[in-house]
Amino acid sequence: MTWRRCAGLLGSYIGLLPYLGFALFPFYWMLLTSLRTNAEIYDVTALSFLVQGGVTLQHYGYLMTRSQFPAWFWNTAMVSLAATAISVLLSTAAAYGLVRIPFRGSAWFSIGIFITYLVPPTLLFIPLSRIVGFLGLSDSRLSLIVTYPTFMVPFCTWLLMSYFVTIPKELEECAIVDGATRWQALIKVVLPVALPGVVTAALFSFTLAWGELIYAMTFISTGPNKTLTAGAVAELIRGDVFYWGPLMAGALLSSVPVVIAYGFLMDFYISGLVAGSTKY
Amino acid sequence: MLFVLPAALLLLGLIAYPFCYALQLSLTAKQAGVPGQFVGLRNFFDLFRGDIFRHTLRNSLLFTAVAVVIKTVLGLGLALLLQRVVIGRRVLRGIILLPWVVPSTLSVLGWWWLFDPLYGVINMGLIKIGLIHERIPWLSDPFWAMAAVIIVNVWRGLPFFAISFLAGLVSISEELYEAAHIDGAGPAASFVCITLPLLRPVLGVIVLYSIIMTVSDFNIVYILTRGGPMHSTHLFATFAYEMGLASGDIGKGAAISLFIFPVLALVAYCQLRITRGQTR
Repeated sequence: MTWRRCAGLLGSYIGLLPYLGFALFPFYWMLLTSLRTNAEIYDVTALSFLVQGGVTLQHYGYLMTRSQFPAWFWNTAMVSLAATAISVLLSTAAAYGLVRIPFRGSAWFSIGIFITYLVPPTLLFIPLSRIVGFLGLSDSRLSLIVTYPTFMVPFCTWLLMSYFVTIPKELEECAIVDGATRWQALIKVVLPVALPGVVTAALFSFTLAWGELIYAMTFISTGPNKTLTAGAVAELIRGDVFYWGPLMAGALLSSVPVVIAYGFLMDFYISGLVAGSTKY
Repeated sequence: MLFVLPAALLLLGLIAYPFCYALQLSLTAKQAGVPGQFVGLRNFFDLFRGDIFRHTLRNSLLFTAVAVVIKTVLGLGLALLLQRVVIGRRVLRGIILLPWVVPSTLSVLGWWWLFDPLYGVINMGLIKIGLIHERIPWLSDPFWAMAAVIIVNVWRGLPFFAISFLAGLVSISEELYEAAHIDGAGPAASFVCITLPLLRPVLGVIVLYSIIMTVSDFNIVYILTRGGPMHSTHLFATFAYEMGLASGDIGKGAAISLFIFPVLALVAYCQLRITRGQTR
């Protein structure tokens, strides 16, 4: 490697440093705040980037014992897992049908999927809250399990279609000739090959459901039924000032499952992200 | 057909129907708890006559334009830096994506604390290093509040831009650059004549997608400012939430949300044109 290229490479790393600081500092500061005593958090005179007065877990303790945080965590997990399962199931079937068994209007339906993929949740939360009311689902976790797939299914279907297209048709035709039904061919032959796509779809759905706020805030009104996001925004913020410790602890703890899933499945995550931009 | 049916029913019932219902609600004077009376386009006229809605229009335009431009420029810069990095690219990519992976509701709570005028680390740090002498009224002054929500939107969206652009960059053949180099083109010339034209489809898709997601943002503004001070940061979603749910004027709330729709239609139209152009 020439000297010039070495210098260029070093320059790239140095150029990335300020951005890394910008990207990570908020998380670091949240962690620091969640571990500090109140006396240290609210000391306006001292600015330190370490915990000075001894690490404390009091904010996490408060969260676990004196707030509804455990209930919210449970609700969020239930809702996210159920909505993800429903979405992946519906999308796999739909994507397979659209790619493999074309029917009259399937091209239009594909365009419809693409357009609904662009519909942001904030466009329809008011009519949906009325519909949730008609269905008698207000203030229940079921309201979220039913509505979250609306923004997950279009994305997952679109993503899975791009995976199914790449799988050779002959593979399942062999299976069907050997006496398998369409369902068996899909489940036993196509799905194992398309597994990366299914994992990516599930990962994205789970992340989206876990962090959703506006539906959760609109459809659910009583404290113990809330999800983590709606609970943190509505209930952890109190009238007095001294709520920053538990709030930061809550926000960090709430992010943990998503970050763990991301840590293990990063490559799937990136392939899904990139699929949006290049895999049309 | 049978495979597609469940997903089709879900999307018809919970996207297409709510959309029509939103159109209907927007033409009535529906209040919470009382039947709505048909009022034609009066909700829309009332909105245009009101200051808050005109503010919302202006804010949405400003917020979206500034945030998307910054994300595009910085995202391209980051992608170029990342492309030159060889050792540790995987790890760096993983870290860079974190702000985008963590649910925004939770990380924005952290930013809210960073922006706290008295105890917030941003003001304390800027005073400490002597850049400012008086605390910046983040979130309580119209100018700084808009700056704050834009900063957080950029922080959150930049990784998506950078990683997507990176995927576009690595798909450009190295031979083109070598040929240009032999022909005597400098780095600037090959960037303008090779990188930009070949990146255009990816650039277009990402920018369009980001426009719809930025203009429909709810989480950042709701948590940081609730649309304040003096409605200077209200976007369609936050104003619709305030009008339709907090104040119970459901007809007007639905009308406000519907203003996201023209943006959606435009983005969908342009994206379909780009993708059609690619496949032909």
